[in-house]
Amino acid sequence: MAQLTMIEAIQNAHDLAMERDDRVVVYGEDVGYFGGVFRCTAGLQQKYGTSRCFDAPINESGLIGTGIGMAAYGLRPVVEIQFADYMYPAYDQIVSEAARLRHRSAGDFTCPMVIRMPTGGGIYGGQTHSQSPEALFTHVAGLKVVVPSNPQDAKGLLCAAIEDPDPVIILEPKRLYNGPFDGHHDRPVVPWKKHELGEVDDAYYTTEIGKAAIRREGQDVTVLAYGTMVHVALTAAEETEVDAEIIDLRSLIPLDLEMIEASVKKTGRCVVLHEATKTSGFGAELSAQVQEACFYHLEAPIIRVTGWDTPYPHAQEWDYFPGPARVGAALKSVMKED
Amino acid sequence: MSNSVPLTLHVPEPGCRPGDTPDFSGFEVPVAGETRRPDPLTAPEDIRDLAFSIVRVLDDDGEAKGPWAGTFEKEALLDGLRHMMTLRTFDDRMLRAQRQGKTSFYMQHLGEEAVACAFRLALRDGDMHFPTYRQAGLLIAGGYPLTTMMNQIYSNAADPIKGRQMPIFYSAKDHGFFSLSGNLGTQFVQAVGWGMASAISGDTKIAAAWIGDGSTAETDFHSAMVFASTYKAPVILNIVNNQWAISTFQGIARGNATTFAARGHGFGIPAIRVDGNDYLAVHAVARWAAERARSGHGSTLIEHVTYRSGGHSTSDDPSAYRAKEEGHSWPLGDPIERLKAHLISIDAWSDDRHKQAEAEIQDEVRFAQKEAEANGTLISGPAPSPRDMFEDVYAEMPPHLRAQRQEAGF
Ligand SMILES: Cc1ncc(C[n+]2csc(CCOP(=O)(O)OP(=O)(O)O)c2C)c(N)n1
Ligand SMILES: [Mg+2]
Repeated sequence: MAQLTMIEAIQNAHDLAMERDDRVVVYGEDVGYFGGVFRCTAGLQQKYGTSRCFDAPINESGLIGTGIGMAAYGLRPVVEIQFADYMYPAYDQIVSEAARLRHRSAGDFTCPMVIRMPTGGGIYGGQTHSQSPEALFTHVAGLKVVVPSNPQDAKGLLCAAIEDPDPVIILEPKRLYNGPFDGHHDRPVVPWKKHELGEVDDAYYTTEIGKAAIRREGQDVTVLAYGTMVHVALTAAEETEVDAEIIDLRSLIPLDLEMIEASVKKTGRCVVLHEATKTSGFGAELSAQVQEACFYHLEAPIIRVTGWDTPYPHAQEWDYFPGPARVGAALKSVMKED
Repeated sequence: MSNSVPLTLHVPEPGCRPGDTPDFSGFEVPVAGETRRPDPLTAPEDIRDLAFSIVRVLDDDGEAKGPWAGTFEKEALLDGLRHMMTLRTFDDRMLRAQRQGKTSFYMQHLGEEAVACAFRLALRDGDMHFPTYRQAGLLIAGGYPLTTMMNQIYSNAADPIKGRQMPIFYSAKDHGFFSLSGNLGTQFVQAVGWGMASAISGDTKIAAAWIGDGSTAETDFHSAMVFASTYKAPVILNIVNNQWAISTFQGIARGNATTFAARGHGFGIPAIRVDGNDYLAVHAVARWAAERARSGHGSTLIEHVTYRSGGHSTSDDPSAYRAKEEGHSWPLGDPIERLKAHLISIDAWSDDRHKQAEAEIQDEVRFAQKEAEANGTLISGPAPSPRDMFEDVYAEMPPHLRAQRQEAGF
């Protein structure tokens, strides 16, 4: 066991996967010599050589297009998009090609590639370094989408994604890279080095894609969250003393509906959280699924707490971010008897 | 006999990394004044050589040489020097403000000041620039108020774009400065559309597109080239080759092409390289390209050869990926020092006057900063209202957004 930051855990996952499987190649903008602007691939080029970890031209469509070619050939490409906000030029390759290759060729060609992208806000990144585009991927048949909330899962999910026979998109909440940020931007964040979930097994392991985790057991309301919002939810529950059961989805597609259903049937209430804009966000899907599976167990309407339907602002970042105050208010409001 | 050998992947490498001694001996620097100046209306196929040379006017002694010299009056040159010095001082103050926590981020122009400052004076009011984040020289040379720039950088109550964008992502339509995007390359092609619109409307305005060496790899760069070529759009296509894209050297974007300018040839777009640290050369080449565009001869691709002497941004530490001494070995020198030497050589300037100007500019920038800080900084003082966040998403706020604003309590 070692205490790692999320960055170190991701770097470690790359390293172990490259060591055990020489089909794994890692590339992206500034990923090679420098090891990535967030350092998630530090040292890999030095260890495995330039043909297995290299710098790429600034062309996101090209990054994913070449990745598809390599994956179809039989390699296991792991491609980094420097910020999720820069994936749009690659969207055609992801949606029309990577997602459908298996289906349209009846399994003749497949695309076992991993696309990593730092996501989410909280770093004063404005509208081009803060976005959470998960719904643009979950809406596409053929893609798996995962969002780790801590170093343990970040490593296990990346290793699982590399082994996965289909394209997997990993959205890495960059505000969690160094510690479990809970939305209280005016307080210091505990570093992962001092956090239980910063304890990472040294050995290679995988975290099953499609399985959620309960981060806090509770009786009164189920909170569905992923990424940064898991930590916001934990703090909000503590501050409001609402006995919330907090589920860290970890994987959006496939979704662990079994765990969600069992929890909501127990609590009878559900609050859904994400940082992304509200309308047509993944919260709408969650809310619909919970309603379909648990309607007769619900004692209150399902509430979503999300980013507003505006571009992510710079100066007004903390008015935009759905922090513990807003989440806490939602928890209290679903608990209100009327 | 089989001729199959195991293949290997070719990955370009820079000549020099931390710990190595920088060596630019392979980088050919033409003698100032030697590159020819064809008539601006010459057909693209007759000027292909210009994509492989470098137009230079100022020689090592500060003398202006050759057919590209002489586009400037003395007075205007003094303004040019002042613009570059102002930009450098402005950068210095804002880097400091960022370190003091007064804003979140900053990007400087160190070593590249001549490019945008000189180019701006070759274009007219009414023309539109589609800049990258490293062309604040366009604003300064165009007379945009320093205080307003700082208001944007501080995201304060007087920020013209209401705190919505990160620092330095200015927007100034009246000053021919298109709203900056953070997504690389997207605006290069929009500039072509702006130029096409001028042609469609029968106007006389032209556009200028800007992109970095690294970003020429983006698909949008190539889209721009196709449209500019097909419609002979009145747009000047500028590549600022400052040798680096964050940690990635220019060879990764250029591949085996000999120059970025040569990219123009496949599209039939005339291409020319210019010494980006030579204020006079940048201005002369910009004028030449503008004349082509204004006379209906379409686009010109300009590669400004320069060097990013500072870090990519305040989030970057270049010592991790390039040799510290590389900047000092850069063979094209410093744009401010070179223009200063020229002005001294023609008796228009002196060391004393330079020192005096430095002090004046310091005062001017400091005064602007004080003025801006009275409107607030990112962390203290008056700020844009959170209400503003909901405005301008649409021309008219739809009901769902109005409801959200209400829910937010603004
Ligand atoms: C579409 C997109 N991809 C990636 C980035 C991240 N990024 C910001 S600046 C930069 C390097 C750009 O280098 P270059 O074009 O040479 O311009 P310079 O910074 O040298 O002026 C990168 C990769 C981005 N902003 N947009
Ligand atoms: Mg560059």
